[in-house]
Amino acid sequence: MKVLLMHRDRSFDMERKLPPGAQAVTQDLELGVLLNAMARDDKFLLDVARRAILLSLVDLDQMLYRQSTLKDCLKNSRVVRDIYKVAEETTASEKGIWGWYNPYNSTDQVLGRAVKVLQLCVGKLKELRGIVDTHAGEFESEGFRALCAMLKEELSDEYLASVQRLLNGLESSDGTLIRAELGEGNRGINYALCRQPEKKQGRMARVFGTNEPRQFTYSVDANDDTGTEMLSKLRDRGINDVANTLAQSSDHVLAFFTSLRTELAFYVGCLNLHELLTQKGEPTCFPLPMGRGTRALAFEGLYDACLALKLEQRVVANDANAQGKDLVIITGANRGGKSTFLRSIGLAQLMMQAGAFVPAKSFTSDLSHGLFSHFKREEDTTMKSGKLDEELKRMSEIVDHLSSDCTVLFNESFSATNEREGSEISRQIVSALLEKRVKVFFVTHQYEFAQSLYEKKMANALFLRAERKEGGERTFKVSQGEPLETSYGEDLYDRIFLGAAPNPASAAPMTSR
Amino acid sequence: MTFHSILFERPEDGAEPGRADPDYFVDLNLNQIVDAILAGREEYALRPFFLAPLRSVDAIKYRHEIMQELETPGLHDAVQSFARKMSAMRRFRGISDRVVNKQVKEGWLLNSVEAYCEAVDRLARDLVALNPKSRGLSSFLEYLKKYAESDGFTSLGAETKKVRADLSASKYSLLVRGNQFSVRKYEGEAEYSAEVEKTFAKFKQGAVKDYRIEIPEYLDVNHIEEAALEFVARMYPEVFQGLESYCAKHTGHLDKTIAKFDREVQFYLADLDLVAQLRATGLHFCYPEVSDKSKEVSSDEGFDQALAIKLMRENSSVVPNDFYMRGNERIFVVNGPNQGGKTTFARAFAQLHYMASLGCLVPGREARLFLFDRIFTHFEREENLNDLRSKLEDDLVRVHSILDKCTPNSIIVVNELFSSSALPDAVFLGKKVLERIIRLDSLCVYVTFLDELSTLEKTVSLLSTVRPDNPEVCTFKIERRPADGIAYAQAIANKYELSYERIKGRIKP
Repeated sequence: MKVLLMHRDRSFDMERKLPPGAQAVTQDLELGVLLNAMARDDKFLLDVARRAILLSLVDLDQMLYRQSTLKDCLKNSRVVRDIYKVAEETTASEKGIWGWYNPYNSTDQVLGRAVKVLQLCVGKLKELRGIVDTHAGEFESEGFRALCAMLKEELSDEYLASVQRLLNGLESSDGTLIRAELGEGNRGINYALCRQPEKKQGRMARVFGTNEPRQFTYSVDANDDTGTEMLSKLRDRGINDVANTLAQSSDHVLAFFTSLRTELAFYVGCLNLHELLTQKGEPTCFPLPMGRGTRALAFEGLYDACLALKLEQRVVANDANAQGKDLVIITGANRGGKSTFLRSIGLAQLMMQAGAFVPAKSFTSDLSHGLFSHFKREEDTTMKSGKLDEELKRMSEIVDHLSSDCTVLFNESFSATNEREGSEISRQIVSALLEKRVKVFFVTHQYEFAQSLYEKKMANALFLRAERKEGGERTFKVSQGEPLETSYGEDLYDRIFLGAAPNPASAAPMTSR
Repeated sequence: MTFHSILFERPEDGAEPGRADPDYFVDLNLNQIVDAILAGREEYALRPFFLAPLRSVDAIKYRHEIMQELETPGLHDAVQSFARKMSAMRRFRGISDRVVNKQVKEGWLLNSVEAYCEAVDRLARDLVALNPKSRGLSSFLEYLKKYAESDGFTSLGAETKKVRADLSASKYSLLVRGNQFSVRKYEGEAEYSAEVEKTFAKFKQGAVKDYRIEIPEYLDVNHIEEAALEFVARMYPEVFQGLESYCAKHTGHLDKTIAKFDREVQFYLADLDLVAQLRATGLHFCYPEVSDKSKEVSSDEGFDQALAIKLMRENSSVVPNDFYMRGNERIFVVNGPNQGGKTTFARAFAQLHYMASLGCLVPGREARLFLFDRIFTHFEREENLNDLRSKLEDDLVRVHSILDKCTPNSIIVVNELFSSSALPDAVFLGKKVLERIIRLDSLCVYVTFLDELSTLEKTVSLLSTVRPDNPEVCTFKIERRPADGIAYAQAIANKYELSYERIKGRIKP
C-alpha cells in the first residue's frame, strides 16, 4: 500500500542524500526563511520541506503531477489537513505505548506491545476510511483519486474485521501450544506458536476422553528455579517468531501512516506558505516548466519570497526574458538589488522543480540538472590569500559535481584578489562552463570580466544592470544594460563614513517601489 | 602415480617442516605475512608448511598448478564448502564425546557422520564435474572417487539418511500451561506466523527490524529439554531404537587421506584468501617464473606484502615498484632520502623470493625470480648500541658470519650497514663487504646512504624519489638512476585544477 502523492511511481525517500552543494544553496538563497514559513515550527514539516525543495525533480511529468496534486490541496485544504492530522496522531500515539524506556526483554512484551499498536492502527484506519468515504468525490488530481480508491479497496469492512479477529486470538490465554521438531543433537528446533484447536467436544466426550491426544506431562517443581526459567525460555522460543512477525507487521502498518504523513507534509507546507503570501497580497503562480536544455527562462513579477516573508511591505518584483541565454551577467549599483534578484531566480527555479507554485506573476524555465551557488562569503575574515584559496576550493568542489544543464549562481565570486587576476579567473571558469553547456548567472563588480564578455557580443548572453536614477536613487529594479565601469559605492561610502544624509529612497533600501 | 599429498607430489619433495621462524623472518616482516595468511585457520596448524621453502622448480610448479585451479571460483567454492563441512564434523564429534545424555550424544554423533558423508559426497561430485587438470587435484580425485564408491562409504551414507529421515518426521508439540508442560504428537495445528504475515502483507515494505529477542543458547541441554526429549523418545520408540543401533555400528568413519587433504589444502585457501583481500584494494599478484639457474630477476609492480597488509587495515594502500636485473647485474644499491621506501623495497625483494619458494602467489603483475638456497639479512640492531666501537665490531662479526655461510645461490639483504661509524670507515668497509658479495655472485639488496657504493661492478643504482613539485613529499617510488644528487623540477601545479582546460576535462557531459 503506497501513498504516492509525491511521485507517481515511488514513495518519497527521506533517506536520500541531499544533492552536493545543498548546504551552500540553503545558505546563499536564505532558504531557511522559506522553509520556516512552510513548517511553522514543526520539525517534521521542516525536514520534509527541506528535502522536497532541495531534491529537485528532473522530469517534467513528475513536476506536473505534483502541481496537480498541489492544486487539489489548495482547493480541499481542510480535508487534506484532516487526513494529515490522522496520520500525525497515529505516529505520535504509537510512541506513547509502553514508552521508549521499556527494553524488550521478553517475548510476551514484544507480542503484547505489537498487539496494542495494531489495535491503535486498526482504529485509525477506520477513521481514515470514514474521511475517504465522505470526501473522495471532491478530489480531481490523479494522486488523490488513486489514494482514495486504494484506501477504499484495501481497507474494506471485512478486512478490518479479520484483523480484529486475529488480534483477539493472540490476546487470549489458555496455555501456549508450540510445535517443534528434532534438530542437531536431537535438540528441539523450529518452535512455532500454533492456534489451539477449538474445543468442540461437549462434557460427555471429555469424560470419556475419546478425543484427547496421547500425551506425557511434566510438572516443574515449585522450588526448581532453573527448571522454571528453562521452561519459560522454551516458551520464549515458541513465541519469538510470531512476536517478531507481529511487531514487524505493526512497523509496516505504522510505516504506512508515516508515509502518509510524509507525503502530505510537503503539501501542508505549501498550504502554509501560500496562506502567508496571500495574506501579504503577494502573487503566486504555477510555473511552466520546459525541457532540459531549452533555455526558456522568462518571468514577470518575480520577487524574492524569502525577503517578502521577512518584511512587512510588499517587495520589488522584476521582469526579464532570458530565452535562449546560457549566461546572465548582472552588474550595477551596490545594494541595488542584484543579490536579491539572483536569489529570486534561484529560489523560483528550486520551487518549480519541487512541483510547487512560485513567487511571481508568471514564470517559465527549463529544467536545471542541478543548482549550485557560489557566493562571496562575508563572514570569512581570513587573510586575502586565504580567502581566495577558500573561494577556489569551493569552486573546485562545485566543478566536481557539474554536468551539462546544471546551473551555477555566482555572487561577486573571485573578488578576493585584484581585479585583473580575479577577472582572469572568472573568465576562464565561465568560458569553460559555457562550453560544457552549464547555465551561469553571475553578479559581479569585475568590470574587466563583464566588459570582455560583453564585447564578444554573444547571442547566448544577457547583460542586466541594477537601475539607478539620476541623483543616486535606487529603484532595486534590474533591467537590461551593458556593464558600467564605475560602481556606486561612493555614495554608500559617503553615507557610512562621512555621515552624509541618506537620500529618501535609501531609507528603506530594499522595499521601495 | 598414487596420491601422496596435495602439497608435495613425492615424499622426497617434502622439505623437513620448519619448527621455528628463521632469523630473517622478523627483519623481512615475513612473520607478519605468515600471521596474516594463517589468521583464522589455527585449527589446521599450517605454520610448519610456511617455514619450509621448496628445493626444486618442479615442486613449486606442482603447487602453482593447484593454486591456479583453486583460484577458479568453481574449485575454490567446492573445496571451501568441503572444508566447512569437515570442520563442522569435528565440532559435532567433539560435542558428542563430551555430553552425557544418551539421546543427545547419539544425536550429535549422527550429525557428525552426516557432515562427513556430505563433505565427501559433495566434493567427489564437484570435482568430477569440474575435472581438475593439475597433477595434485587430479590424482586426489582418483583416490576420492574410489573411496566415495566403496561399499563401506555408500552404506554409511544410506543408513545415515534413513535415521535422519525418521527423526525429522518425529514432530511433536508442547502445550505449556503455567509451570507444567505436556508433549504430544503434532497434529497439524495452524501456525500463527503465517496468518499474521498474510493478514498484513498489503502493508509490507522495505527493510524490517529484527524483534526477536536473543534467547541464550546453552551448549548443554537442560533437564527440561531432556525431559521433553525423553517423552519424544517414548512417543516414537522405533525411531530411537534405530538411532541407538546406528551409533553402535559407526564410530571410526574418518579416512586418513581425506583428513590429511582437508588440512593441507588449507595452505592454498589461506594464501588465496589474503591475496583476494589485497587484490580488492587494487594490488596485483602473479605466479612468478622461478628459475634455479638464471639470476636475471625482475618484478612488475611488486610491493612489500607485509606493509600492504598493514596499510589495507588502515584503509590505505602501498606504492608498488618495478625492478629488474640484466646480464651480470646482481646487486641493487638503494640510495635516497630517508623514509622514502628504501627498506621497504629491500624487504619486498626478499619477500617475493621467499613467497615464491613456497609456491605461493607473489606481489606484482609479473615476476621472474630465483630459487635461492638461503636468505641472509643484516638489519641494524638497536639493542647492541653500547659504544661505537663495539657497534662496528658487532656489525663486522655479523656480516662476516653471513658471508661465511653464503653461497652463490643465496640472497643477502643489507640495511644501512656501518651507518653509525665514521664516514671513511663506512665507505672503506662498505666497499670491502660489497666486493666480497660481488665475488660470491649472490643476489643482494644493499640499502645505504653512501653514494660511493653505487658504482661498483654488478651493481645497479636505485634511488627513492620525491615529488617534483614538492621535494618534501616522498613518492615511495624506487627508480633506476645514478646517485648523483636529485634534480627537483619545479612543476607549476594548478592546485585546484581550475584552469579553462582542466575544468573542461572535469565536467561530465
